[in-house]
Amino acid sequence: MSIPYTKKVLDHFMHPHNVGQLKKPDAMATEGSPACGDMLKLYLQVDEKSTTITDIKFESYGCASNIATGSIITDLAKGRTIEAAKKIDWKMAAKELGGLPPVKVHCAVLAVEALRTAIENYEHQHGLLKEKVPTTEKVVFKRLAGVINPLAGLDVVKTKLVTEVKIQDGHVKIYVELPPNHQFANNVKNEIAERIEPLWDVKKVEIIFRGE
Amino acid sequence: MKTERIYLDNAATTRTDPEVVNAMLPYFTEMYAVASSQFSHTPGIQAKEALDHARETIAEKLNCSPDEIIFTSGGTEANNLAVKGIVQSFSKDKKIHLICSKIEHNSVLHTFQYLEKQGYAVTYLDVDSEGFVNPDQVRDAIHDNTVLVSVQHANQEVGTLQPIQAIGKLCEEKGVLFHTDASLSFTQLDLDMQKLHADLLTLSSHKIHGPKGVGALYVRKGTKLQKLVHGGYSEFDLRSGTENVAGIVGFGKAAELGQPEQVDFLRQLQKKLIGSFDKEIENVLLNGPRNLKKRLPSNVNVSFNLVEGESVVLHLDMKGISVITGSACFSRSLEPSYVMMAMGFSHERAHGSIRFTFSRFNTMEEVDRVVASCKEVVSALRRISPLK
Repeated sequence: MSIPYTKKVLDHFMHPHNVGQLKKPDAMATEGSPACGDMLKLYLQVDEKSTTITDIKFESYGCASNIATGSIITDLAKGRTIEAAKKIDWKMAAKELGGLPPVKVHCAVLAVEALRTAIENYEHQHGLLKEKVPTTEKVVFKRLAGVINPLAGLDVVKTKLVTEVKIQDGHVKIYVELPPNHQFANNVKNEIAERIEPLWDVKKVEIIFRGE
Repeated sequence: MKTERIYLDNAATTRTDPEVVNAMLPYFTEMYAVASSQFSHTPGIQAKEALDHARETIAEKLNCSPDEIIFTSGGTEANNLAVKGIVQSFSKDKKIHLICSKIEHNSVLHTFQYLEKQGYAVTYLDVDSEGFVNPDQVRDAIHDNTVLVSVQHANQEVGTLQPIQAIGKLCEEKGVLFHTDASLSFTQLDLDMQKLHADLLTLSSHKIHGPKGVGALYVRKGTKLQKLVHGGYSEFDLRSGTENVAGIVGFGKAAELGQPEQVDFLRQLQKKLIGSFDKEIENVLLNGPRNLKKRLPSNVNVSFNLVEGESVVLHLDMKGISVITGSACFSRSLEPSYVMMAMGFSHERAHGSIRFTFSRFNTMEEVDRVVASCKEVVSALRRISPLK
């Protein structure tokens, strides 16, 4: 087998930077799932005054490309303000790594999405939103498109695992087409909560399984 | 310190035995005539004799007649010839039905899928969680218009040994032809054509320390087969083209060198690796048969929980160990192994699967190094994994 990775990708893969967890993160985000073969969790610490990212860590379940992009993206984001960090995209990451095989680009996208989601979560929780869009069903569904249905390897919206969303006074009810005792029920519940709880006007998230 | 590479991808291909290379060499520069010239000159006779000798060696291994062995360009061509050759021997107007398992090698599976697109009816047999086809399923799948069943002997990924004798027997009773791909099991397991009830059987040279580009199809006497490659009368008029004399000589030599005591050694390597994984690394799942008697001696396949296969493979490669994974990240299609999906595995288990395949050139010391390296790599990857 010839490995189509650059030396820089392999360096970051073998010795990834910024690996681990933050004990008290100001924000975090998870993208991907074990079913897809790639999952990345990202933790942020942000200085409130300057909005500079003072510390950043990631954990990865994934291939070399996933680990290497996690490493390079956290390097790039560290020390930037959150506004500047939002401008980091997969092209930038790929360029820094000396290129990625085309079939592996989606792994770089995953790391970038984790960074953006974590920043967005931070903004929601710290009143930094420029435009305070109220949380509607549409907003919830859009966010849930990042949660993977572990049974299918595709997102919970496309696979209709989430059947209905009801919102009243910051109380979000999400109906999931799984029995409450299903082996993945808890995973799905945590992931959905992690996606919706950070929204600025959300006070409570309730996940309702089939028959509940 | 430079350490020797440990090659554990022998189900993909094997090292050509130096003795095989030596046997082949004279047929490039000295005895380079072709067998079809046997009626014109002495060098042609020498070539014919070399082919006959290789054919006899392989026939002896299979306990069949030499004229039942058709040399091809490899296992893929042999599988194509078996399946398409049988199908094309029937009149185009006849509605025929074909059966194969879901975990066949691509050279069988893609051939059946191609024929299905051409309008033939095909049944793909399910396998259980250890990769076994149940002979009862085969019986249920056979209809009045079924003409061919193809079930491999040993699986390429998880080493499952199918009950081919039982399947062959019931095919015979039902008057249906039976083909089995024995590319991986040849020389490791006993293949006696007088007992197997197989009408067609595929062999490959480079899986048994012979050269690449040579294979063979056993065709039971009296089996009606349509040739696919036209252009001459070689190989009993079933496969045209100048014979790869040197390659066939090498294949014959490789078959001759494959001896039962090597199989005992492969079993020891297999047992040691599985046992050490169980002892040394937490959360390791064996993929494929647990009963090692029903498993190809050279095959070990495991899933390391909570880590992804490509990362393991790359780390091991850096440590000088060659293995492969069933992870989607490893394939161009980004789909996890179809064999493991057919076995009902979760995506996660397939993504974490690693295949180790031995040959007689491996050693017990290498197994120790592999276990130590895996332990190191898996714990490093588990440390950075968000899954706990």
